[in-house]
Amino acid sequence: MSSVADAAVPPVARAASAGALWRLMSDPMGAGGAVIVVSFVLLALFAPWVAPYDPLKLDVLNKLQGPSLAHLAGTDQLGRDTLSRLIWGSRTALGISLTATGVAGAIGLVLGLIAGYGPRWLDGALVLVFDSLSSLPMILFALAVITVLGPGTTTLILVIVLVSIPGYARLIRAQTLTLKTADFVQAERSMGASVPRILGRHLLPNVVGPLVIVLSMDVPVVIMLEAGLSYLNLGVRPPTPSWGNILYDGYNSLRQQPTLVIAAGVPLVLSTIGFTFLGEGLRDALDPRLQVRPR
Amino acid sequence: MLTYAIKRIALAVVILFTVMLAMFAMVFLVPGDPASLALGPRATPALKAELIQRMGLDQPVPVQVWNFFSNAAHGNFGYDVWSKRPVLDQILEVFPNTLFLGAVALGWALVLGVALGCLAVVWRGTFIDTVLGILSVSMIAVPSFVIALYSLLIFAVWLNWLPAVGAGTPGDWGSQIRAVILPAFAIGVTWVGYLARLVRASMLEVMGAPHIRTARAFGLSETRIVTHYALRLAIIPTIAILAVGFGAILSSAVFVETVFSRPGIGTLVTAAVSKRNYPVVMGTTLFMTAFYLFVVTAADLLIARLDPRVRDVFRG
Repeated sequence: MSSVADAAVPPVARAASAGALWRLMSDPMGAGGAVIVVSFVLLALFAPWVAPYDPLKLDVLNKLQGPSLAHLAGTDQLGRDTLSRLIWGSRTALGISLTATGVAGAIGLVLGLIAGYGPRWLDGALVLVFDSLSSLPMILFALAVITVLGPGTTTLILVIVLVSIPGYARLIRAQTLTLKTADFVQAERSMGASVPRILGRHLLPNVVGPLVIVLSMDVPVVIMLEAGLSYLNLGVRPPTPSWGNILYDGYNSLRQQPTLVIAAGVPLVLSTIGFTFLGEGLRDALDPRLQVRPR
Repeated sequence: MLTYAIKRIALAVVILFTVMLAMFAMVFLVPGDPASLALGPRATPALKAELIQRMGLDQPVPVQVWNFFSNAAHGNFGYDVWSKRPVLDQILEVFPNTLFLGAVALGWALVLGVALGCLAVVWRGTFIDTVLGILSVSMIAVPSFVIALYSLLIFAVWLNWLPAVGAGTPGDWGSQIRAVILPAFAIGVTWVGYLARLVRASMLEVMGAPHIRTARAFGLSETRIVTHYALRLAIIPTIAILAVGFGAILSSAVFVETVFSRPGIGTLVTAAVSKRNYPVVMGTTLFMTAFYLFVVTAADLLIARLDPRVRDVFRG
């Protein structure tokens, strides 16, 4: 996707995005968020080398231990090393949330362009579908889909993609509608440019910016949703480590060994704060007027 | 105003209809029928046949669609696969708990959020404003069920100040209020952040308006201008976001209710999902969607009443 954008962005806009990066890094919130996010990405990528133990290796004799030099974050009810499980959990969390928001963003982009630029009847039909989907309370829609398909990682990604598409498509549609009548698009059309050319070379580069901001602000929401559903045992299935199912193990042993629940909350809170700060920073640096609604 | 109201309500009805159709279509997209999925692979054929008959799955599809719609319109949301109780009864039994939880959570968040927002406007551009900004973004970012787990650990397990599970004894207001404190705290934190930011942003827009300049020229104090003149205008977007945010409240309620084993819509529906209890999941989704549409539509109408510009803009 980035190569398409690079090819289409005029030199002026490219200079502006270099300025945006500078603005992002000079804002303490944005810079802090970027540092946290990069650390989590590195942690997820290099999990097998960073984690001190095998996250699935049982050691029942040493179950539910508190923090020690051997196990910095203690062990869970099966004696597995909590720190290693949390490090592998960052792979689960980032893998699912980045895949799901990426796919949803791409589909939303295409549907939004179609609705905004296509014939009016199609626009009306798509808008009705988007409105209906987004008037379902997100969590209930997600739970309904999980009931039908059964819990699991694939279902989880599918659910997140389905609940996210309408928001992105509406954003792109609104942007397309305003750009459609802009002078430079009208000029291009009067010179006989084809629809794919107008959409690909003129509308796409202009609508992609806001989408990237909204996507980055949605990543923490998706991380929360993944952890929440895995906590309810309706998302990532054990024994695959996920921050959500580690929290659930921690809840079950809350009275014997609170270390587990305390430790499992830390990466979840840190990563959602990191991604939110980064998203806020990106918004301030690129498009301060963009409004984001709670989900 | 009347045309606007009619259009808005008609739109809500059309959306509800589409949602119901989509829900129904979803069940038909599944490989296998809902009855065998609910009963599991080891169910006897007789048991399966009985459930299929009870759920009306043996009838032709158009008849099923018709039954589904006409039953829902009459307030019959089907029967629980396991307990055979009417779904609507179960929903109405726990719905007040969730509503109470949501109201308390929004209530304290509204008071604190608006106050923090006003504070940020009065001290805008200063250090306090920056700190409040970072604080509200952090509050938005922290997942409510982590707050729920941490507060459960601190206030219920370690300090033993408040109950760790349940919604209190029915009829005993004291115990119900004690039981709602921790869950409402966990859900509300995010909203304090949202509201503080929203109030600050919409108030800063208002601060440049002529009537504010006039008030300032009359020598009114900045605090009085903010609380008496700017807040009145700035509260309109807040009402809109509160209504839309009902869906978000419900999401956190699902997780937080589970953490505190608190009877409510969230615990009802999650238990049904793990048991693949279709009628309960579908009934709850339908009920809550209808309620949500009602809230959003009512808020839109209220805003149109408060702000004539909105209804003038609405054209088809």
